[in-house]
Amino acid sequence: MAVIHVKRKPLTLAERTYLPQLFGGLMTTLRHLVRPAETMEYPEQRPSIPPGYRGVPTLVKDPHGREKCVSCQLCEFVCPPKAIRITPGSIAAGAGTENVEKAPQAFDIDMLRCIYCGLCEEVCPEEAIFLQNQYSMSGYSRAEMVTHKDRLYELGGTLPDKHFKWEVKKAAEEGAGGHP
Amino acid sequence: MADFFFGLPAFVQALAKGVAVILVVFPVAAACSMAERKVCAWIQGRPGPNRALPPMLAWIPGIGIPQRLGLFQLAADGAKFLFKEEPLPDHVNRLYYTLAPVVAMVPAFTTITVVPLGAYLSSGGGLIPLMLANVDVGILAVFAVASLGIYSLILAGWASNSKYPFLGGVRASAQLISYELSMTLSVLPVFLWVNEPGSAGTLSLVRVVEFQSGALRSGWGGAWFIITMPVSALIFAIALFAETNRQPFDMPESESDLVGGFHTEYGAFKWSLFFVAEYANMIVGSAVFALLFLGGWNLLPWVPLLSMLEWLHRVTGSALWLHPLVSGLVSIGILGGKILTMLFVFMWVRWTVPRFRYDQVMKLGWNKLLPLSIANLIAYTIGIYFLQG
Repeated sequence: MAVIHVKRKPLTLAERTYLPQLFGGLMTTLRHLVRPAETMEYPEQRPSIPPGYRGVPTLVKDPHGREKCVSCQLCEFVCPPKAIRITPGSIAAGAGTENVEKAPQAFDIDMLRCIYCGLCEEVCPEEAIFLQNQYSMSGYSRAEMVTHKDRLYELGGTLPDKHFKWEVKKAAEEGAGGHP
Repeated sequence: MADFFFGLPAFVQALAKGVAVILVVFPVAAACSMAERKVCAWIQGRPGPNRALPPMLAWIPGIGIPQRLGLFQLAADGAKFLFKEEPLPDHVNRLYYTLAPVVAMVPAFTTITVVPLGAYLSSGGGLIPLMLANVDVGILAVFAVASLGIYSLILAGWASNSKYPFLGGVRASAQLISYELSMTLSVLPVFLWVNEPGSAGTLSLVRVVEFQSGALRSGWGGAWFIITMPVSALIFAIALFAETNRQPFDMPESESDLVGGFHTEYGAFKWSLFFVAEYANMIVGSAVFALLFLGGWNLLPWVPLLSMLEWLHRVTGSALWLHPLVSGLVSIGILGGKILTMLFVFMWVRWTVPRFRYDQVMKLGWNKLLPLSIANLIAYTIGIYFLQG
């Protein structure tokens, strides 16, 4: 490696008076002074959330309004801080699909434990749980910070679905008589 | 109204004028603290305090403007300082600890008595300065009383009986001594020039402004001293920053190494008194700078107040401009504008330049500014000798 000798120049008289630098600095701060503020006035102005943001975990429904979660409990098992607690159950009687799948009877996520790692979303075979762009969680008690199933669906809403598992299953049953 | 006022005994008149001046200076000094926060915020790309608003005033249209400027925050802070608990630490010397903030206010409000705040056109056609005491000692009184302000810092630092305030007090006194000399020497050329041979000697600031009120053909007379004496103005400005303990010279406070310096042990209203005193000192300092170097109540160099008023009178055809009240208000407005600009520069510099190290402050004061001001004085003495014969 060649050593590059950098010549250290002595300060000029103007530099030693410190004044040109001072005025340069003043000009810089003046430019900042007249520039609009960089900050966002939070409750009124909200930041735009980029796609792929890992916010609060939520449960979603498919475009037909069906519950996607089948209470397989994979997310509960994978969750590193053990924030998810699922009580498996069946689809309510009379829905016509009771014999097809299961559904969670209760689905609680303790948001005081959740670390927003996204492993639940990663592991879900049904694409039923998503970390969406909700970033503000608050409550007055520990109990309030546990998000229950109805709240999870309320936060999650409906997401576009690529698979339509139920329709595919139904079509396969009617056509070839088996699962594809 | 005017007749009634002038019919009062002299001391009642003087008292009324004094109270009037304090009633203006105190709120302006307090408002400076909010201005400081807003300027700081804008320079740092933030909006600054803009939320506080009493709910019962929210219906007034346009109330958002003072709200955004933080005026209600200022009122809320002031009320908080009045009503919150006054902490009195156990280890302090109670008498001097309580005395220090009061002592801080005294020089701040005393110096303003000899500072002219404007001038009005009398019926005789001359400009009468608006000031509390038109005395010949002028600038000397300002310097003498202003340097007393340091006693409050030393008193606070010592009475707090705690190491950081003590160090702050020591630094304050060392800094004041270092910069007082350069400051005084820097204004001497101004008074050398003003006191022409044959004229009655005076140190009055009024005379300095009169000297700068020449019309265009009067040559040097109309030039402001910042044009003819830029080095003096620079030294004076730097020393002013040091004297008022403003960044980059706020050694007595220096939050990063001395917690809060001399006011570490203070809280509530006593603490706010220190700050009002600091800002009042800045106001007086800015006023003195504007009077000495920026032409006082003249709008532009070579455009004295009198010819400006006469020009306005000719153009608008209204004799109102020559009315004592209007001319007085105009002159106060011009000087006030200069003072506010100076105050802004104080804040602007504060949020631009980092604090000097203590040894740098001393070195700058003794090794650079003092020789420079002496050289400046000698150069101008010789120059003025040849100019005025």
